[in-house]
Amino acid sequence: MKLNVEELHKVAHLARLSIHPKDEESYSQALSNILNLVDEMQTIDTQGVKPMTHPMDAFQRLRADEVTESDQRDHLQKIAPAIEDGLYLVPRVVE
Amino acid sequence: MQWEAVIGLEIHTQLATKTKIFSGSSTAFGAEPNSQASIIDLAMPGTLPVLNKQALEMAIQFGLAINSEIPKITTFDRKNYFYPDLPKGYQTTQMEAPIVGRGYLDIALETGGTKRVTVHHAHLEEDAGKSLHEDFHGMTGVDLNRAGTPLIEIVTEPEMSSAKEAVAFLKSIHSIITYLGISDGNMAEGSMRCDANVSVRPKGQEKLGNRCEIKNVNSFRFVEKAINYEIQRQIEILEDGGRIAQQTRLYDPDLDETRAMRSKEDANDYRYFPCPDLLPLEVDPAFVQKLKDELPELPEQKRQRFTEQLGLSEYDAGVLSSSRPLADYFDKVVELCKDAQLASNWISGELAAQLNRDGIEITQAEVTPEQFAGILIRLKDDTLSNGAAKKVFAALWAKEGQTADEIIEAKGLKQVTDTGAIEALVDEVLAKNTPQVEQYRAAEPDKRGKMVGFFVGQIMRASKGTANPKAVNELLAKKLDG
Amino acid sequence: MLDLSLTQMAQGLAERKFSSLELTQTFLQRIQTVNPQLNAFITVTEQQALEAAKAADAQLAAGQAGPLTGIPIAHKDLFCTEGIKTSCASKMLDNFIAPYDATVVANLNKAGAVSLGKTNLDEFAMGSSSESSFYGSVKNPWATQAVAGGSSGGSAAAVAARLVPAATGSDTGGSIRQPAAFCGITGLKPTYGRVSRWGMVAYASSMDQAGPMARSAEDCALMLQQMAGFDSKDSTSIEQAVPDYLSQLGDSLQGVTLGIPKEYFADDLNPQTAERIHAAIKQLEKLGASVKEISLPLTRMAIPAYYVISPAEASSNLSRFDGVRYGYRCENPVDLEDLYKRSRSEAFGDEVKRRILIGTYALSEGFYDAYYNKAQQIRRLIAEDFQAAFQSVDLIIAPTTPNPAYDLGSKLTDPIQMYLDDIYTLGVNLAGLPAISVPAGLVNQRPVGMQLIGNHFSEAKLLNAAHQFQQATDHHLQKPALI
Repeated sequence: MKLNVEELHKVAHLARLSIHPKDEESYSQALSNILNLVDEMQTIDTQGVKPMTHPMDAFQRLRADEVTESDQRDHLQKIAPAIEDGLYLVPRVVE
Repeated sequence: MQWEAVIGLEIHTQLATKTKIFSGSSTAFGAEPNSQASIIDLAMPGTLPVLNKQALEMAIQFGLAINSEIPKITTFDRKNYFYPDLPKGYQTTQMEAPIVGRGYLDIALETGGTKRVTVHHAHLEEDAGKSLHEDFHGMTGVDLNRAGTPLIEIVTEPEMSSAKEAVAFLKSIHSIITYLGISDGNMAEGSMRCDANVSVRPKGQEKLGNRCEIKNVNSFRFVEKAINYEIQRQIEILEDGGRIAQQTRLYDPDLDETRAMRSKEDANDYRYFPCPDLLPLEVDPAFVQKLKDELPELPEQKRQRFTEQLGLSEYDAGVLSSSRPLADYFDKVVELCKDAQLASNWISGELAAQLNRDGIEITQAEVTPEQFAGILIRLKDDTLSNGAAKKVFAALWAKEGQTADEIIEAKGLKQVTDTGAIEALVDEVLAKNTPQVEQYRAAEPDKRGKMVGFFVGQIMRASKGTANPKAVNELLAKKLDG
Repeated sequence: MLDLSLTQMAQGLAERKFSSLELTQTFLQRIQTVNPQLNAFITVTEQQALEAAKAADAQLAAGQAGPLTGIPIAHKDLFCTEGIKTSCASKMLDNFIAPYDATVVANLNKAGAVSLGKTNLDEFAMGSSSESSFYGSVKNPWATQAVAGGSSGGSAAAVAARLVPAATGSDTGGSIRQPAAFCGITGLKPTYGRVSRWGMVAYASSMDQAGPMARSAEDCALMLQQMAGFDSKDSTSIEQAVPDYLSQLGDSLQGVTLGIPKEYFADDLNPQTAERIHAAIKQLEKLGASVKEISLPLTRMAIPAYYVISPAEASSNLSRFDGVRYGYRCENPVDLEDLYKRSRSEAFGDEVKRRILIGTYALSEGFYDAYYNKAQQIRRLIAEDFQAAFQSVDLIIAPTTPNPAYDLGSKLTDPIQMYLDDIYTLGVNLAGLPAISVPAGLVNQRPVGMQLIGNHFSEAKLLNAAHQFQQATDHHLQKPALI
């Protein structure tokens, strides 16, 4: 399985990563190699096998509907890159 | 060509839990920006979700109310996309095994009869934050208080064929969720939002046309207008030989039109996959049964009871069962005054008109069901005439007294039923109006009915409205026709 | 003092032979002199450590000591530590001061441990050599031209070089066991759900598990005792009582059956490494264990399955790093897409980007079934193979890695070579099993690790077997040349 440059950019866009033109070749080569490695899976017959999402055969626990969090805004926004009036700032969003 | 619209709805409803779906942050409306965004809601590295039990219960209650299958195992998935109001870069939602399976609702049609609309499924998910587009030096501000608020998303099959049907369905959902108390259903505040998938096809064609999704329409009226606009837009394009581009559109209520959204446009690949942080959830059938047993009477059941047991018309029953507070008010009044038809007439008449004038909801009514029933009891036992009853209602509304009886006493509105007193009045009026009496007696019997109104009016005026109209009529008939 | 075990330290502190302050200062001094050669620490929290040591001494004096009161430890720098930089060895979090403590950190604080700082790792724990760190490679104390292993390479090197007697690690595909093997220490990867993941920055959520790294099984037992336990903040943590690990260390191995999976001794395995493992097996037989050959036929398939599932989960887990609420943000983004793409591309290293891309690809439309779903099916088959094996054996014994530590830079150009080396550790994570790596001798003066794998919640048995082995051998007492 070879990942071409166009596919590379498509995947990179989904992941919001940009690939510099000078790195295109090395990324597409590295990813193609990984895909070749993982393609070994196709030799195994898995017909009818239920995918295993979690390693333990356990069920989810729930929590009671009780407020446990208090306002930590000032504390938490100390590490924010850009804030104003308590809001996180991002470049203008157009809908 | 004859065209046919095909409409499916996706309705997002915030659940009225105290805390968020995966964190212990408050969901109270209107807090300072980001003051209800905890480390979990902000997707701080290393934080993990734990599901709110109440949200699950509410979703199951909804499922039971729309006749859905509740599965034994439900799972959560991640929907991946980048957006500033989505802190984790994915929305935790349900795709593979949603908590509410296939169900249906019967909606009343304007033309009479009902139509069954299939709900494909409904699932639990988390709400996103809000982007505030006021100008912060050319930037957008992000408030994540809403991020993580529990939602159920209700997805219908594309089975509605007009904007009116879609609105009727939406109203039914609204009345169910408010009946259950699982949501306030407030569309203006965004706790209930509706996306409509609209397509048109030549009438009789099986294959669906390309559809457009209209996002986030925030009132019943706008849903109707947006869908109608969109149907018309698509028909015009098709009639001009054009093609409908499958896209997401926004409704602009000011211009009454839909337009294509500029963002989220590129064909999204959401890369759904099972959320590794949330194990499968086992839904105990006994727990579901318990919720089923505790389910309150729902609008449809109320409507049936109002027609079958209380003898109301379909129309009256529909009106009174449309909202739970209204139905509860009605039930209380009937319980006290023991006359469903009278209660229905007065609630849909005098009370509804007053609420309308004041622009308020039944929950804000100034007259309690007990006071209201007090009026109707006095109406039934002939203490009050219709007109006097209205005066009592107005006085109670204006807080001029505590009970109907108190007002009647204070204002002297007690109806005169004493035949002696009424007879004296009748005699007096007949004596003063001999020409009219003669005219009456000379008239053909079928004309007399109208003429008798003149005498009744005179007598009622003379009694200042307190004479019992029934007694007046009887006496008049006796004296005139003698 | 540097060579004392945790038990000996606790005893020394209790008997007032030395104070926590002295102990802490000794290790801080050691870090100052030796760490520059190893690059094992990203952050040394000297001031906080000295204050904590003084507080510990006060507690000891008041007779209120907890199990680890006054004992220095270190945390892998992907556990959130309130008020202290938590970098995950990434430029992305170089400025990230965690606003809260991980449960593991809180548990160890509560037990009285004194944290000396945060150890180096592969960026976001993605790697097997600790070379992908934004802060530079960790060096192996046994040979500074060699890798320390990864991703918990900083913790492993720090413990091996006596910079700290014990440290926390995390293991998603071998990240505790492999560096423990490479650095000649003992490292335990617990059952999935045994230790809370709250506050441990996620790489692959369905496999990440925190565990202890120390010089002996006994020290690991002491650490795990404090780290493990149910946590209501992690809904995948298991609600099951934590057994007393120390009390079972002395149990005899008589009657214990060890399974030797033939696929773990195939051609991939370095013959000298194989010799050491076979010698260790002989030793365990002498201690009363019986051995039996078993087969885990899909061993090789753990590599492709792991390298689909872990990047898939990672691609989603790392989406939160978007330059909006914390972490790195690019200069003057022109629009939203620019903010995302430049912040992420400038701050993530190559291996992290590769894994995000592979994971994104594996989940994308048209490839989900062939990659993600297929991998999760194979995962089930692998887990079932382990369960079948545990029908007839108590523990599985195998090498931790096919080869001892390799030279720095020798595998950097080809990630595939590094992935293939993980062959013996990945299956355990796919199946959620516990496993321990124990020193089993040297090959060319570089340590070899023996791996014991148990069924779910068999940590006590694993620690017991490892302890018995260490009572009879001195591999774990060997010191790197550096000392």
